[in-house]
Amino acid sequence: MKPIERTEVQNAIDSFAGQDVYLHLETTNGAYATHVDEAFFSAGAYIRNAYIQYEHGKIIGDGPYRIGLKLNIGWVYAEGVNHFELDEQGRLLLAGLDFSGKLAVSMQLSPTPFE
Amino acid sequence: MEKERHVLVIFPHPDDEAFSVSGTLAIHREAGTPVTYLCLTLGEMGRNLGNPPFATRESLPKIRKKELIDAANAIGIEDLRMLGLRDKTIEFEDDEKLTSMFTDAINELNPSLIITFYPGYSVHPDHEATARAVVRAVERIEEKIRPKLQCVAFSNNCIDELGQPDIIHDITGIEDKKVAAITAHRSQTEAMVLDWKEKFENQDADFLEWIRKERLWTYKF
Repeated sequence: MKPIERTEVQNAIDSFAGQDVYLHLETTNGAYATHVDEAFFSAGAYIRNAYIQYEHGKIIGDGPYRIGLKLNIGWVYAEGVNHFELDEQGRLLLAGLDFSGKLAVSMQLSPTPFE
Repeated sequence: MEKERHVLVIFPHPDDEAFSVSGTLAIHREAGTPVTYLCLTLGEMGRNLGNPPFATRESLPKIRKKELIDAANAIGIEDLRMLGLRDKTIEFEDDEKLTSMFTDAINELNPSLIITFYPGYSVHPDHEATARAVVRAVERIEEKIRPKLQCVAFSNNCIDELGQPDIIHDITGIEDKKVAAITAHRSQTEAMVLDWKEKFENQDADFLEWIRKERLWTYKF
């Protein structure tokens, strides 16, 4: 993964619009957050292989970025995104890595199901 | 350390074994005792991807699989079994399915000692769910032929509630194998091990205590 290049990511988002794609969406503060700091409220969400189609999508911000996808009947969005990769399987892998490099958010689109 | 017939180790994530009991396992292997390690997941949800990142969410499991094999080799484990479950989903699996996976392994291997986490005192939901299922499987075995069940605990309240560990293995002399096992899990441990060489050279007392003393609690049924 490399730091976001906005135009490249926007082009990839555009290329998936209007077709069926598989979505991975995840937020996490790690399973040990409350163990390390008992005052920390641990929360996260995870969805893998949601089958969606979006009308259009945008990447917004100056970094870290926000990315939103407008669906026929709903929305998908992620914030804190700062890294990306277009992998050899034609998937758009987006991630938000915190100041120590740990993954905090992940949003990925693929024409085929994620393993 | 007592000579065992067969040691069965059950943990959910690649690297759980390295931090907790890799020295103990290496000692068993040096004594010629067979060790089987059931590792439930490939740590797919690990947050460390390298800094700068060398992994992605999708490449991480492949990388961690290789790391797990390297760690098992460092310890001398010959029977490593990857069970193909997914990180952070263990507690949502069918309880009976998990239990019978472990029952099947116990029936096949006839271990004299089983090592896993201590349910209620092992912090991560996958650790807890794995531990509960191991306890269910072992509990069903008639008491007089039941293998020993020794557990890793590290929750903040574990000493308060469980008392001091009844088993402490001093692995002095075999630290190299433990460090090699931990270092093998490079994607997760790279940053952590940076100052270890210096700590060994400086004979850092807290560090040496931590790395040399492997602590286990015998499970109370």
